[in-house]
Amino acid sequence: MIYVNAFLFCGIVCVIGQLILDNTKLTPGHVTSLFVVLGAFLDTFSWYDKIILWAGGGAMVPITSFGHLLIHGAMKAASEYGFMGLLMGMFDLTASGISSAIIFSFFLSLLFKPKD
Amino acid sequence: MEKRKYKEIVDKHTPKENRLYNSLIAFVTGGLMGVLGQGLVDLYSYWFHISTKDASVFMIVTLIFFGCLFTCFGWFDKIVNFAKCGFIVPITGFAHSMMSAALEYRKEGLVTGIGANMLKIAGSVIIFGVVSAYFFGLIRLLIMG
Repeated sequence: MIYVNAFLFCGIVCVIGQLILDNTKLTPGHVTSLFVVLGAFLDTFSWYDKIILWAGGGAMVPITSFGHLLIHGAMKAASEYGFMGLLMGMFDLTASGISSAIIFSFFLSLLFKPKD
Repeated sequence: MEKRKYKEIVDKHTPKENRLYNSLIAFVTGGLMGVLGQGLVDLYSYWFHISTKDASVFMIVTLIFFGCLFTCFGWFDKIVNFAKCGFIVPITGFAHSMMSAALEYRKEGLVTGIGANMLKIAGSVIIFGVVSAYFFGLIRLLIMG
């Protein structure tokens, strides 16, 4: 059942992105930025956690999970250190994603030549 | 008059994209990406005996790796031509934006090329993510304590 939910959630997020892309003049960069903000907004009151319980990995795949992980790490540290915690814990959970993207793209760009 | 005529001609010759078809394709491919993500989470938690939370981190790293690799082989743009947003909105789009910038500016050198330009497109995702997460986190701290 969780696979059906994952299909539905991830599909609907992609459709919203496609509709924005088709009907407005925004670029894919705008759309991804918008979805990160949306993910952070949905996690303000822990709604995104409920979506993850419902859709499992399907909710972690779209870029909205990036915003969710940012605010999640920040709030975790904030519960311990208060306002300074927001700054301390911001990258706690997204560190793996950002670091891996930087490391893979750096080394692969040394190995491959651009194709057009 | 001239301008209007020109616009009419341009409108006639711009290819009309079928929006319904685009949305349907984005729904199916995006949904399949979600199923793939959930499948990888299940697989990793079964193989390595770790919690689903840790397995989802593994899954994100795997998707980023394949997003980068597909970009290097030049497959990613072909897939996006077909799959539309179904491949841009998932985390693979984030990996693609970094990888393509790194590949493109590589000839300008390691520091001024790759180092300075890698985050050219992906930087907006990180910056808006951090700013919005800080803003919403502040709101949540003030309301809920």
